[in-house]
Amino acid sequence: MHKYNSSNIKTLEFDALIIGGGGSGMRASLELAKSGLKTAVVSKVFPTRSHTVSAQGGITCAIQSADPNDDWRWHMYDTVKGADFIGDQDAIEYMCSEGPKAVFELEHMGLPFSRFDNGRIYQRPFGGQSKDFGKGGQAARTCAAADRTGHALLHTLYQNNIKEGSNFLNEWFAVDLVKNSKNEVTGVIAFSIESGEVAYLKAQATVLATGGAGRIYASTTNALINTGDGLGMALRSGFPAQDMEMWQFHPTGIYGAGSLVTEGCRGEGGYLVNADGERFMERYAPNVKDLAGRDVVARSMVLEILEGRGCGENKDHVFLKLDHLGADVLNAKLPGICELSRTFAHVDPIYEPIPVIPTCHYMMGGTPTNVNGQAFQRLDNKDLTIPGLYAAGEAACVSVHGANRLGGNSLLDLVVFGRATGKHIQEEIKSGGGVESSSASDVDESLERLNKLNESSSGYQTAEVKRQLQTCMQNYFGVFRRGEFMKKGVEELKEIREKTDNLFVADKSAAFNTNRVEALELQNLLEVAEATAIAALERNESRGAHARDDYPDRDDENWLCHSMYDPKTKTLSKREVNFSPNQVDPFPPAVRSY
Amino acid sequence: MSKLEISLYRYNPEKDKFPYMKTYNVDKPSRDIMILDLLHLLKESDESISYRRSCREGVCGSDGMSINGKNGLACITPISSVLKGNKIELRPLPGLPVIRDLVVDMSEFYAQYEKIKPFLQNDTTAPEQERLQSPADRDKLDGLYECILCACCSTSCPSFWWNPDKFVGPAALLQAYRFLADTRDLSTDERLEDLSDPFSVYRCHGIMNCVSVCPKSLNPNKAIGEIKSMLLKNKKNIIASERA
Ligand SMILES: Cc1cc2nc3c(=O)[nH]c(=O)nc-3n(C[C@H](O)[C@H](O)[C@H](O)COP(=O)(O)OP(=O)(O)OC[C@H]3O[C@@H](n4cnc5c(N)ncnc54)[C@H](O)[C@@H]3O)c2cc1C
Ligand code: SF4
Ligand code: SF4
Ligand code: FES
Repeated sequence: MHKYNSSNIKTLEFDALIIGGGGSGMRASLELAKSGLKTAVVSKVFPTRSHTVSAQGGITCAIQSADPNDDWRWHMYDTVKGADFIGDQDAIEYMCSEGPKAVFELEHMGLPFSRFDNGRIYQRPFGGQSKDFGKGGQAARTCAAADRTGHALLHTLYQNNIKEGSNFLNEWFAVDLVKNSKNEVTGVIAFSIESGEVAYLKAQATVLATGGAGRIYASTTNALINTGDGLGMALRSGFPAQDMEMWQFHPTGIYGAGSLVTEGCRGEGGYLVNADGERFMERYAPNVKDLAGRDVVARSMVLEILEGRGCGENKDHVFLKLDHLGADVLNAKLPGICELSRTFAHVDPIYEPIPVIPTCHYMMGGTPTNVNGQAFQRLDNKDLTIPGLYAAGEAACVSVHGANRLGGNSLLDLVVFGRATGKHIQEEIKSGGGVESSSASDVDESLERLNKLNESSSGYQTAEVKRQLQTCMQNYFGVFRRGEFMKKGVEELKEIREKTDNLFVADKSAAFNTNRVEALELQNLLEVAEATAIAALERNESRGAHARDDYPDRDDENWLCHSMYDPKTKTLSKREVNFSPNQVDPFPPAVRSY
Repeated sequence: MSKLEISLYRYNPEKDKFPYMKTYNVDKPSRDIMILDLLHLLKESDESISYRRSCREGVCGSDGMSINGKNGLACITPISSVLKGNKIELRPLPGLPVIRDLVVDMSEFYAQYEKIKPFLQNDTTAPEQERLQSPADRDKLDGLYECILCACCSTSCPSFWWNPDKFVGPAALLQAYRFLADTRDLSTDERLEDLSDPFSVYRCHGIMNCVSVCPKSLNPNKAIGEIKSMLLKNKKNIIASERA
């Protein structure tokens, strides 16, 4: 295996490079395909195999179909509240007000939405949705294609990228960012998984649309490929990550398998019961019961289990009851769920309840960006954009989800900000913006990690170290967190880093070497896990998804802010939350009850 | 404890002149796991084994393979459902070039998909909101749009094996019909025209392999039948209009 350097690898040049062929990446590329700029979408899997395909319940947006009087401002209010008041209100305003346009565009592209009798797009109720700023009862705002909305959305976007002639580098793996001497991003090192060929993909704009990193936990609803590669690359390059302590645990992962059962089940009338058959959410959220925010429901479930009312032999899960909805509703509205629970839980929801448990689901944090998708770092407590670097989708933190994402808001985030990012890159490049070239030694530096793994002749086994990492995160940084345990976790992660720095890749072949890919992914998981751990330990309060035993209350005086993790010093600083929307009055922090 | 005998297709282009079958003996897991979980177990002891996977729940279409002689998705196929005695044989999807081990080159398959223009065509000015579609019209897309492009069907189809470049194959034909059936799509005539040669559709001889293997319980054969009758009707209309 020879050593790669800038003179023995190819350079491929582009205007814009999009790392990721999920919903956000392909929405951005669609915008760029129409622009005439030379663009490539790099994806480690064929685009329709991206994780967006798994999204079930829908895309939340005030399109005024279920309710002609619905208002994007109500959606904005719900999102701000759901985020436990650390979502940026300018970004949330942008997403909620631009949303309808983005959803109608998807329909025009052919997305097979389910329909109401009047022919309009079907919308279902999801948790945390209200009318009239919380005063008008439950809203139904999530636009759905049965319970396969992500599949429908991802395939529609891929199809339209074919139509527009987008350029794809499929099954190419991005390894590390390349930076010039001014700390601007000039592209990535990547290799073709199929042939092993390594190249420097050079670009004026590089978009991280690499999705989430749920695989840092042992139990997750996320695909096996969700390893936070984009974030790992950014952190290794010294760029910060925002709100990394904020991980959403979805209330209803299938017990034992981790596969998700959409919140749409409860939207359609399903509910949770404990071992006594009690509908316990009536106690925790008397008003909206099973449709409270996800963090609230997940914690209530864990409390039921801790207090001995869990179901099953080990009393370690609860049940989701759907049978009362009847076969017709289940087959029409939730066919995918019926299929999944028969396969993975061995129960048929038409007759029996599904065993469920809170499961890691979504990364609210990520690479910080503004509403144009431009990534930034912090200098003297100010945002300073990083020339050449963009992020969108779950990999990014704009931040519209704050401390807790509302159901259906991620798909909206993907298309609204994917589109905005594509637009901004066009403007930027067409107006002469761009970055200076990197030197040969800059490129060599970005090849180091790959070279080291290729040359490894002994060391730790990837699968084993991954298991240690996932167990550590699961044990110390799960639904409930406590300082003394997290300290232990941070120490353990230091030992684990020793190991991820010294992995042994036994397989040296070029073609479809998944051993190498998995080692590179594990190193990204470690970066994300460490950022998560340090941020979680530092935030001494409970807010949204971040629930601490030792600091059970929200502390607005000290923590009504974003956290910024600096990988160079491994420390946390604070960043102010945006309370300055443009078209409406800001929503001030209030007690969050459901 | 009883053992499983797994026979795995191995091929590394850099090392092997020819592919070969390698046998792995493992303890039978105490619970009924999926074939994909089994592959993960094997890979822990032999890291050189190569296969694709992503969602691990049957929605992304990555891990189509031949499991004891029948195409299916490894991630949703429980061992118990395929076991022959204590034996399991895993091979790549048949009929496509093998890149390595269980990984096949899907270019031909994707090319057929692109050929049918798998995107909605409607040149009329879009309304400010969505285009309306009745629930009944939307129902016509059920059983069509759910395809995950796993290629289990096309690679089990003898007609596709013989003419992968000319016969569009069940997966792409299912998608062709998905757009023919969509009331919002206005290119019906052009779509039919593109499919009217003797190969694209007519190479399907109703062998039904596609239906029996589809992990999403879709029915490409039925869609192909619908296309054939649309083609027939179109022909009649053309003849009628020529006579008029
Ligand atoms: C089971 C499940 C159900 C969900 N349901 C909903 C829902 O109903 N509504 C909702 O709003 N949200 C839902 N979500 C959340 C939502 O699906 C995700 O947040 C969203 O799809 C992420 O999209 P993305 O474009 O950011 O990334 P992804 O779709 O994850 O795509 C990431 C892309 O990056 C590529 N990539 C990653 N690393 C590399 C690398 N190193 N080199 C090259 N390419 C790389 C991958 O190949 C992939 O193409 C759900 C999530 C889960 C887990
Ligand atoms: S029915 Fe047609 S498409 Fe399906 S396997 Fe048979 S020949 Fe192929
Ligand atoms: S029709 Fe079924 S078997 Fe064929 S590609 Fe689609 S999902 Fe796979
Ligand atoms: S891994 Fe996605 S279908 Fe099997």
